[in-house]
Amino acid sequence: MSIGLEHYLILSAVLFSIGLYGALAKRNAIVILMSIELMLNAVNIAMVAFSRYIVPLLLTGQVFAIFVMVVAAAEVAVGLAIIIAIYRSRETVDATQINLMKW
Amino acid sequence: MGLEIAFWLLAVIGVVTALAVVLLPNVFRAALCLVACFIAVAGIYVTLSADFLAAVQVLIYVGAIGVVIILAIMLTREVQRGSLANKLYIPALLVAILFFGVVGFAVINTPWQIAGIAPQEPTTSALAVKLFGEGGFILPLEIASVLLLAAILGAIILVREK
Repeated sequence: MSIGLEHYLILSAVLFSIGLYGALAKRNAIVILMSIELMLNAVNIAMVAFSRYIVPLLLTGQVFAIFVMVVAAAEVAVGLAIIIAIYRSRETVDATQINLMKW
Repeated sequence: MGLEIAFWLLAVIGVVTALAVVLLPNVFRAALCLVACFIAVAGIYVTLSADFLAAVQVLIYVGAIGVVIILAIMLTREVQRGSLANKLYIPALLVAILFFGVVGFAVINTPWQIAGIAPQEPTTSALAVKLFGEGGFILPLEIASVLLLAAILGAIILVREK
């Protein structure tokens, strides 16, 4: 059976689910950020696959993937800066102990 | 035939390293597995004939984001404590499996309108026309550059010593 759009979409869904589990279940804030990067990569695979199989001459999905990469780079820079700032003041990056804004 | 072998190999590497990211107890090894997963995703882009995106994936994700994440792990001493799961890991697992079930069901049962045309190769000049050309994405591109500038300034201000 040749490789089609469904294979790429299922691969993307698998990677997204793994990232979703990591983002919901992990304590370490850096691991949560890494899981979010996994989810963004999964979305990129889905968009490039749509671009390749449904509109092969328009490349719109690849342009969207480039914008997702820009947002991911900005997100990781600001996210890690926030984590390091929290680590300086509270000596931990455990997301269950960072509860200053919890009601 | 070669495309299929490449796809299955890269898909298995990508899924195994992604599982290692969320399951390994050592945070540093999880970050290294994340970098391996990024490289596998770059290979997946090559099988989708997105050559420019594969190069950008290696440059930005493997080069920049991987290094910054490993740097942050070095700066915070959480490697000894490890990457533990919180109290809600069983509901999180259920949510992830449910999400995969719903998306997989939708993917398999949708009649996709596959265009049987060969893809454009190389994509670099076509992407440049898309981004900068007439009727392209020039306004989102400029907004993205402003977003990057704001993120750089924000990161500097957040980690600056008082």
